[in-house]
Amino acid sequence: MLCPNGAPMTEATTTPRSFQEIILRLQGYWAAKGCAILQPYDMEVGAGTFHPATTLRSLGTKPWAAAYVQPSRRPTDGRYGENPNRLQHYYQYQVIIKPSPPDLQELYLGSLAAIGIDLGVHDIRFVEDDWESPTLGAWGLGWEVWCDGMEVSQFTYFQQVGGHDCKPVSGELTYGLERLAMYVMGVDHVMDMPFNDPDSPIPLKYGDVFRQTEEEYSRHNFDQADTEMLFQHFKDAEAECDRILAAAQPDKAGRIIVMAHPAYDQTIKASHIFNLLDARGVISVTERQAYIGRVRALAKKCADAFRQTPAGADL
Amino acid sequence: MADLLIELFSEEIPARMQARAREDLKKLMTDGLVEAGLTYASAGAFSTPRRLVLSVDGLTAESRAVREERKGPNTSAPAAAVEGFLRSTGLTLDQLERRADKKGEVFYAVVEKPGRAAAAIVAEVLEGVIRNFPWPKSMRWGNGALRWVRPLQSILCILTDESGAHVVPLTVDGIVAGNTTEGHRFMGIGRFTVSGFDDYAVKLKRAKVVLDAAEREAAIWQGAQNLAFAAGMEVVPDAGLLAEVAGLVEWPVPLMGRIGEDFLGLPPEVLQTSMKEHQKFFSVKNPKTGRIEGFVTVANIEAADGGAVILKGNQKVLSARLSDAKFFWENDLRVAKAGMGEWVEGLKAVTFHNKLGSQAERVERIAALTREIAPLVGAVADDAERAARLAKLDLRSAMVGEFPELQGVMGRYYALEAGEKAAVADAARDHYSPLGPSDVVPTDPVSVAVALADKIDTLTGFWAIDEKPTGSKDPYALRRAALGVIRLVVANGVRSSLLTMIKHAASRHPEPTKGSSAWGANEILGEKDLGWFVARDALEFFHDRLKVTLRDQGVSHDIIDACLAMPGNDDLALLVKRATALAATLKTEDGANLLQGFKRANNILAQAEAKDGVEYSYGADIKFAETDEERALFVALDAAEATITPAMAAEDFAAAMAAMASLRAPIDAFFTAVQVNSDNPVIRRNRLNLLHRIRAVCSGVADLTRIEG
Repeated sequence: MLCPNGAPMTEATTTPRSFQEIILRLQGYWAAKGCAILQPYDMEVGAGTFHPATTLRSLGTKPWAAAYVQPSRRPTDGRYGENPNRLQHYYQYQVIIKPSPPDLQELYLGSLAAIGIDLGVHDIRFVEDDWESPTLGAWGLGWEVWCDGMEVSQFTYFQQVGGHDCKPVSGELTYGLERLAMYVMGVDHVMDMPFNDPDSPIPLKYGDVFRQTEEEYSRHNFDQADTEMLFQHFKDAEAECDRILAAAQPDKAGRIIVMAHPAYDQTIKASHIFNLLDARGVISVTERQAYIGRVRALAKKCADAFRQTPAGADL
Repeated sequence: MADLLIELFSEEIPARMQARAREDLKKLMTDGLVEAGLTYASAGAFSTPRRLVLSVDGLTAESRAVREERKGPNTSAPAAAVEGFLRSTGLTLDQLERRADKKGEVFYAVVEKPGRAAAAIVAEVLEGVIRNFPWPKSMRWGNGALRWVRPLQSILCILTDESGAHVVPLTVDGIVAGNTTEGHRFMGIGRFTVSGFDDYAVKLKRAKVVLDAAEREAAIWQGAQNLAFAAGMEVVPDAGLLAEVAGLVEWPVPLMGRIGEDFLGLPPEVLQTSMKEHQKFFSVKNPKTGRIEGFVTVANIEAADGGAVILKGNQKVLSARLSDAKFFWENDLRVAKAGMGEWVEGLKAVTFHNKLGSQAERVERIAALTREIAPLVGAVADDAERAARLAKLDLRSAMVGEFPELQGVMGRYYALEAGEKAAVADAARDHYSPLGPSDVVPTDPVSVAVALADKIDTLTGFWAIDEKPTGSKDPYALRRAALGVIRLVVANGVRSSLLTMIKHAASRHPEPTKGSSAWGANEILGEKDLGWFVARDALEFFHDRLKVTLRDQGVSHDIIDACLAMPGNDDLALLVKRATALAATLKTEDGANLLQGFKRANNILAQAEAKDGVEYSYGADIKFAETDEERALFVALDAAEATITPAMAAEDFAAAMAAMASLRAPIDAFFTAVQVNSDNPVIRRNRLNLLHRIRAVCSGVADLTRIEG
C-alpha cells in the first residue's frame, strides 16, 4: 500500500481491545502530528464544536491546532440505555487545525489506520455533507466519511462562525467515538463494548459505566427537568451574556478586558437549556426557530467580542 | 496543431455536481479559446470524484494576427475631435496614418495585433475559468483566497505537439501547473508524469481510475446485473442512483448482499428508499417472490479479502437502518389499525404556515373544497371528502417523519390498514400528483378531486397572504401547483369555472392583508369583496402558466390571448380546446388567408363605424346585392352558419373553424370584385352589414383581432 506521494502508508495496526484504547490511540496520533491535546470543556455541550477551542479559536488569524475528547449531551437522543446505538450522553473526538493543512485528508486517513482500520480492506468514502449549525451561526463544506457504508466522522472546512468569515479557514474533524469503536471492535450493542482492557483485574464494559446514568438522565430529560425553572435559566443566561459583554469598561488602571469566554459560557448554557426544553416537548415548532435564533444572537455577540481580544484578532 | 490536456485535481467533488461541472469546464474553456482567436477540432470533458478533466484536440498553435483599420476625422478637423480619436484608439498622433480621401486628407488608425502562442492563451483562459467557475457552492481553504468546490490540490496542464509535451506556464493562488497527477487514493502508484490524453487515460487505468463516468456507470450496471443474475435475481433499474454512484467512485467494485429475513415484510418502497437514500444501494428483486430481497453496494476498492469485510459492514449498517424502519412501520400500523385518530390529533400541532394555520385547519379547508369539486369531476362526494380528511395523516407517521419522500405512499398503506375503500386509499397516495411535468396525472375521480382541492387551497392561501412567486423565487412551489391544476383539468376534461373554485377556496382563507397587492387593487377599485381580487389575480397566474405550457406545445401567445378574450376563460379545458383548434386552423393555408380576409373586413367596418358613429350590426339583405361575388358571399355565410351554430353548441371548435376557413374563397372574391364604400348609401350600408356578418361568424371561437400578422 502506497500513499499518493509514493511513500508507504502507515501499516494498519492491531485492533484495539477497548473503547479507551481507541481514545488513547487518537490522542497519541494527533499529539504526534503536533496538536495540543486539550481536555474536555467543563460544561454541558451538544457537540465538540461548542468547545471554545473550536468555536472561538476558529476566528481570527492566529494559527491553532488542538485535539480533545468532548463528552456531548443530546437529551432528545436518550433511550434509557436500551437502544444499541443511541445515547443522550456520548463522546466525540474533535480535531481543529487553523489554517487547514493541505494534507488534512491524508492525516485523517492516518488516524483511521492508527485505530486499526486497514485501509486495504475497508471502503473509505468522502460523501458530500454541508455542515451548518444554526445555533452557532456557523457553516462549512466537507463530507461525512463512510467506512463500509457507516458514517464514522464529519470532515468540515469552516467558512463562517458566529457570523464571521473564517480567514484563514479551519479544518475540523469530528469522530463519533462510540459508533466508530463499536465498528472497529465488532460490537453490536454499545453497552457490551469493553471500556477498559477486557484482561484487566476489573474489566468494565461501557454499560458498567453508563447504563445507569443513561436511565437516570433519560428519565430526567424527558419527564423531570423543571421546565419553568429552565425557561427562567434560559432568560438568565441570555441576560448575563449581554451584561458581561457590556461590562468591558476600563478599570482603574485604564485596562479594558473583553470577557468573551465568560460570555460564551452563557451561550453554551442557553444552548443546553434549550436542548433540555426541547426534550421535555414544551417548545412548539414555531417557537423552536425563535429559540435557535436567540442562541445564535448570543453566539454572534460572543464571536464579535472574541475578535476584539488578542487571541481572536487579525495579526 | 497541438492537443491540450487539463486536469483539475481536488478533494472529493460532490457526485451531484460533476456532470454539470464537466459541461461548464468544456464550454467555458473552448469558448474562451475561440474568443481569443484559437480554433480546435474536438473537445471532451470527464470527471471522477477527485478530478475534472478536459481534452482538446487539434488546437491551433497560435492565434491569427489581426490588422484593424479605423477611419478617423479629417486632418483639418478641430483638435478636440482628433484628441477624441486618439483616446478611443489608444494611439499617439505620430502613430496615425494620413490618407487622401474625397473630402481631403483623413487620419487612419492601423492597429496590428500579432498572433499569440496557444500556451499564453490557454494559461490566461484557464486561470479565468478556475477563478470564476460556476460551482453551485464553493469554499475557501487554508490561507488561500481561491474558491473551489473543495480544496484544489493540483493542476495538470500540457500542450502536446510533434516536439512533445509542454507544461503550460500557469500559477493559480500558489498552485503551479505541471505534467503530473496521481491515481486512486488507496490503490494508486504514486505521482506519475503524463504526456498527452491517451497516455493519461492508460496510466490512470493502471493506477485504478476509470476516467469516464459513462464507462463507470456501464461497469457498475453490468457488474450488478451479473451478481444478481448468478443468484437468480434482478437489479431494479435506477438511472439517478447509477449516475450518483458513478460519481462516488473512481474504481467501481459492485458487491451483492441479502436483506435479513426479518425485514422482508416491509413495503418495497420503504426498503428501496431506505437503501437508496441512506446507503446508495441498488435494490435487488427476486422474480419468484416479487419482493425486494437483496442489494448491491458499490465499493471504491478491490479489497484484499474480495470485499468480505466491506460487505459485512454494509450489511450491518443496513440492518440497523431497517430495524429503525421496521420499528416505525409496526408502530404506524398500530395507529392505522386503530383508525389513525392519534394522527388526526397530531395534525393540530403542526403549523402549515404561521399565517395559514395548522395542518388540521388546512385539512378542513381541503375537505370542504373537495366536497364542492367532487360532483364536477364525477366523484362520490362522501368518498372524496373522506379521502381529503385522510390524505395528510401520514405526515404524522413515524415512517414519513424519517423518509419525507414516502408521504402519500405510506398514506395509502395506512388507509388500507384502517379499512378504507381502495379509491380513498389511492387518493392519499395520488393527490400530490402531478409533481413534475413528466409525472403521471391521476384519473380516478376521487384522487382528481382531492388533488385539485389540495393545490387550489395552497395556491389561494399564499395569494391571500401575498406570498406569490417572484422571479426565480418560488419557495412554496406555487408554479408547480398551478401547472398541476392545469394538467389535472385538461387531462381529465374537467369542465367548470376555476374562478368559482378559487373564490370558494379564498373565502376560507384570511382576508388579504393591508399593503398587499390584492389590497392595493381593492383600494383603487373601492371593491368590498377582497376574495374576489385574490381570485382574479390568482386566475391570471393560472393563465400565465397555461401560456407557458401551450407555448411549449407550439401555440403562440397571441393565439392564447385571442382565446382568453372570450367569455368563460376560467374554464381551462374549454380554453385549451379553443386554442388548439385555432392554432391548427391557422396552420392551414385557408386558415391563414381567412385571417387576412377577416382583418380586412374588420378594419373597413371599424373605420366606417368610427366615421359614421353607428354600429353596423344587423340587416344585410341579399336583395341589395349587386354583384355575383356579393351574392355568393351571402350564400356562403348562410351555409357556414348552418354548420358553425351546431358545432359551437357542441363545442366542436375544429368543425367550426373548418367551416369558417371555407369562407376564405368567397371573402377573397368579394374584396376583389366589390367596392364596399359605394356612393349609394343603401348599398354601402348593406355591404357594411354584410362585413359585420363576417366578423360575427368568425368570432365564435376566438377574438381574431388579437392574432398577429
